[in-house]
Amino acid sequence: MRISQRFTIIRTVLAIAIALAVAIGIIFLVSKSPVEAIIYFITGPVKKFSRLMNVVEMMLPLLFTGLSLSLIQRTGVFNLASEGCFFIGGAVAGLFAVKLNLPKVIDPMVCITIGGLVGMICMLIPAVCRLKFGASEVVSSLMMNYVLMYLGLIMIRVFVRNPDTGQLQSLDFQEQARLSILIPKTRVHTGLLVAAALVIIFWVYLFKSRWGYRMRMTGSNPGYSKYSGINNTKSILIGQALAGLACGIGGACEVLGLYQSFKWLALPGYGFDGVIIASLAQNNPILVPIGAFFLAYIRVGADIMTRMTDVQNEIVSIIQGVVIVLLSARAFLGNWEKREIVREATANAEGGDKT
Amino acid sequence: MNVASLIFTPKFLATIIRMTTPLIYAMLAAVIVNRAGVMNLAVESTMLTGALLGVLFSTWTKSAWLGFLLAIIGCVLLSLAIGYAAFVLKADESLNGVAFNLMMQGGTIFILYLVTGSKGMSNDLQSKVLPKWDIPIIKDIPFIGTVFSGHYLLTYIAVIMVIFVHVLIFRTKFGLRLRLVGENPQAAESVGINSQKMKMIAMCLAGGISAIGGCFMSMGYVSWFQSGMTAGRGFIGMASSTLGGNTPLGGSLASFLFGTADAIAITLSTLSIPGEFVTMIPYVVTVIGLVVSSSLSGKAGKRKGDKK
Repeated sequence: MRISQRFTIIRTVLAIAIALAVAIGIIFLVSKSPVEAIIYFITGPVKKFSRLMNVVEMMLPLLFTGLSLSLIQRTGVFNLASEGCFFIGGAVAGLFAVKLNLPKVIDPMVCITIGGLVGMICMLIPAVCRLKFGASEVVSSLMMNYVLMYLGLIMIRVFVRNPDTGQLQSLDFQEQARLSILIPKTRVHTGLLVAAALVIIFWVYLFKSRWGYRMRMTGSNPGYSKYSGINNTKSILIGQALAGLACGIGGACEVLGLYQSFKWLALPGYGFDGVIIASLAQNNPILVPIGAFFLAYIRVGADIMTRMTDVQNEIVSIIQGVVIVLLSARAFLGNWEKREIVREATANAEGGDKT
Repeated sequence: MNVASLIFTPKFLATIIRMTTPLIYAMLAAVIVNRAGVMNLAVESTMLTGALLGVLFSTWTKSAWLGFLLAIIGCVLLSLAIGYAAFVLKADESLNGVAFNLMMQGGTIFILYLVTGSKGMSNDLQSKVLPKWDIPIIKDIPFIGTVFSGHYLLTYIAVIMVIFVHVLIFRTKFGLRLRLVGENPQAAESVGINSQKMKMIAMCLAGGISAIGGCFMSMGYVSWFQSGMTAGRGFIGMASSTLGGNTPLGGSLASFLFGTADAIAITLSTLSIPGEFVTMIPYVVTVIGLVVSSSLSGKAGKRKGDKK
């Protein structure tokens, strides 16, 4: 156990190091002032307080989708609808934020709850299609993402479209529906508290509750869990529902915290980012903030680099790809790990013989 | 304007064919890898990369066909990298696909910016367009001529490719081995087939074929590259393949269905229906089609099992 834990850490660090090395290599190839670019990239976000707060802002949506994917990847049903659920959660929350007129704290809470519930239902659709009809959840959830995006846009266009703007956007939200700012002079909003609560709730669910235990069993060994009397379908659906809830709430918080009206015209991409974060966090909710911080950090760093030098921030996508591949690669350092385990096992066995 | 008068025209039927062409290539790529027992989400990214490479290489070589060939080679190389990660490093199939999709989504923009200084489109490049073909004799027949003649050559090649892949999978030794690897890798290994090598070859074939689809998008359908221009067509190709039972002919029918939905979307967008509703149609059709087809095949399988 200790060896595999140690190797998890080594593997994560090495994957990040290799990805960064590849990125730095590319920067040297394409840039006229590579050293300067790399310095901006690596140290940019910590140079100023406001930039560090940008990292926190960037982290917020990633926390929600990272949490969501860390449950999804444990269910064994690889549902990729997080992208669409995040979008529809935001759109629905935006819709209600325009229409509802409730007292101060209750209004955003209601909007976020509705957004979360809609996200939950939408996440369950591909999962049910898979479990009930055997339709590949990967393909159907990818299609769902587009369906949900267009549905959200239709809702905004039909019900709350602002007629004065050329581009599609909603009317302004009610003032009391917006989330208040948590740290003055930044855009860090109270969604951070919601995210923190979800981190704890998901951790408790996954590791301290019987439903979480059942789900982990189902995901890691469906046959075993079935024969020990666990209802696999039910435990998968509970996990998927919670994952959808996180995405919906995340979208709602993002919209109500950052904007005065609903302005998204395309999928924001945070759903797929969740895959990276969950991989980095080993699908452990408590580690999700670290993964989200890492991704947010390199994004903000890359943005600063783009502004200051001639290297484009899309370099981040290369880092992301390399990190996911290496982290999910079973053969990456696999032989070394096996050797270590064998060595310790033989050492133990020999030690056992002596006593 | 009347909907019926818009739809039942030869021009509309020609639009269907135009919209179906890239889907056919994506579908064929998905059929080949599915037959080898691999789930390849990266069809989307090889298609997008093919679209970009076609534009870039045709600009540099000043020849459409040379650019087209180099784009295919480039995508085969990319597929080698994807296959290396999947089969040698043993990365999780779905995660690997997501990783390469994310990488090339940003990567194509990165390369585009390096070459043109723009992140959106490649308008400034003098890229070449692949030729169209007027079928002799047929082009003069009034209705049929408008529908079937005057498409890009790649559309006609798509038809040939469907037959080619069908023969390859079901009528050759290679195809037999490929299907064996997909259905029972252990059995394949036991008769001396290197399953990893077969999967790798399938991956490269898929990469090359999806690159043709990408080139059709950027060197025919339109004459430029735009970031994210494949817009999920690789995924729709995967869906068509599943819908068609992983056969080239069935998959073509499914692609045709999606192409029709696409064409309806384009045609109806001239009416006063919200644009989003119309563009949503193909994706909804895909989900429903997927559920229906897999529940049908699931039931058929069960019935077979009952008889035993």
